[in-house]
Amino acid sequence: MASRYDRAITVFSPDGHLFQVEYAQEAVKKGSTAVGIRGTDIVVLGVEKKSVAKLQDERTVRKICALDDHVCMAFAGLTADARVVINRARVECQSHKLTVEDPVTVEYITRFIATLKQKYTQSNGRRPFGISALIVGFDDDGIPRLYQTDPSGTYHAWKANAIGRSAKTVREFLEKNYTEDAIANDNEAIKLAIRALLEVVQSGGKNIELAIIRRNQPLKMFSAKEIELQVNEIEKEKEEAEKKKSKKTA
Amino acid sequence: MALQDVCQWRAPDTQGASPHLPQAGGWAVPQGWDPQTFLQTHGPRLAHGTTTLAFRFRHGVIAAADTRSSCGNYVECPASRKVIPVHQHLLGTTSGTSADCITWYRVLRRELRLRALREGQLPSVAGAAKLLSGMMSRYRGLDLCVATALCGWDRSGPALFYVYSDGTLLQGDIFSVGSGSPYAYGVLDRGYRYDMSTQEAYALARRAVAHATHRDAYSGGSVDLFHVRESGWEYVSRHDAWVLYSQLQKLSEPEKEGEEEATSGRTGPGGEPSEGRALGHPRMPAETEML
Repeated sequence: MASRYDRAITVFSPDGHLFQVEYAQEAVKKGSTAVGIRGTDIVVLGVEKKSVAKLQDERTVRKICALDDHVCMAFAGLTADARVVINRARVECQSHKLTVEDPVTVEYITRFIATLKQKYTQSNGRRPFGISALIVGFDDDGIPRLYQTDPSGTYHAWKANAIGRSAKTVREFLEKNYTEDAIANDNEAIKLAIRALLEVVQSGGKNIELAIIRRNQPLKMFSAKEIELQVNEIEKEKEEAEKKKSKKTA
Repeated sequence: MALQDVCQWRAPDTQGASPHLPQAGGWAVPQGWDPQTFLQTHGPRLAHGTTTLAFRFRHGVIAAADTRSSCGNYVECPASRKVIPVHQHLLGTTSGTSADCITWYRVLRRELRLRALREGQLPSVAGAAKLLSGMMSRYRGLDLCVATALCGWDRSGPALFYVYSDGTLLQGDIFSVGSGSPYAYGVLDRGYRYDMSTQEAYALARRAVAHATHRDAYSGGSVDLFHVRESGWEYVSRHDAWVLYSQLQKLSEPEKEGEEEATSGRTGPGGEPSEGRALGHPRMPAETEML
């Protein structure tokens, strides 16, 4: 039955599905994992870096992109689709500043991206964007925000979320470990993001890309060394926790 | 997309200006005429006589205006309102063609309301000024005449912007617009301080408009005074311009009598209208000594 209703995007199936949109969500699940965490004074985005071919220049593969000075996003899914969406969002950020003299709020640009995605689920001859996005940033009022959009054009605010391959595992990890203590300070929030990614990423810190925004500061991309430092700290903490456990049992 | 292209159908733009507003350049003029030439030869003779002023200070923004609407040689309305509220924290002083001013303010009100509904908060005064100037600049060259000062209080505190229908947008602390503005600027520049008290600000605004109505033929009637505070705008007072001016003259007289004791024989009677000018001459040398 699905095969009769999944060709055209603008056709509902008898039981109310838009199959093209659902297939787009499947495409997202094939993309590499991205995780976003909203701390008290910081927002963190982490993505799993696919290992690049030997001859490929690593720096051209960027999955975390700034939309404006105070907003950035990570995506999971089709990279080419993401490039188009990010470009439109960047233009909108500047147009908004031009017409209204104020930088966009995180919610505004999320709504714009979501509306753009929805338009493509209701047009002839187009297919939906095959990406989910995690959008983070600070508004003028200094409150940190994290939003997630999906190919259908819905968006929600989250305290912490993951998208892409193994998103479910990461989300379960976050549900267990996102506590007031875990985001007590900036460093803890960063470590939580890395720990969440380490659950599903092979070969550790080398395959992680990390970016943070602190209140009133621009986007900061972590270098490979800085990530390694954090990963080493996490491993030390793990070891100490295990030692304590073994002491208790012994 | 392919079908859309073939039919050349475009989705309605819900985010832009209403499609029912006339397109820029879309004036209904007789066939074959260039709109600008047509308007210049056959269009209405527009009148721009007025005095409006606005200044921002510590406790908000003051907006004041006269109330005379003149059309050529006669007074069309002696008691018109030249300060228009846009929303609770934004006022606009209007000068130029009153029809244009009122229409564009209604359009601005609509835009701001829509954005407030979409975003959950009103745009800043800077944003409102930008929107207004952007909308009007599309009609440049078509004899729109709107010279206005937007006075408001937003997240950044008291804010004041001047917008002109050719697209000029200026931020400032003091603006006066209209045929009486040179006279008002003189008084304002003399008495303005950012740290004035509210009462001092009211007195300064009233004095400036009163002096302008005294000299400018196209300004007169009454003096309206508005104040935008953190809690919203407030219509402070309306005083008859001539009564106000006479009171100001009376106020200044006793001080000058006291300081002119050295040069006796120059003190004149109270500020009666016909003797105002006569008093000016004997008083001037004394004033220059004082100043």
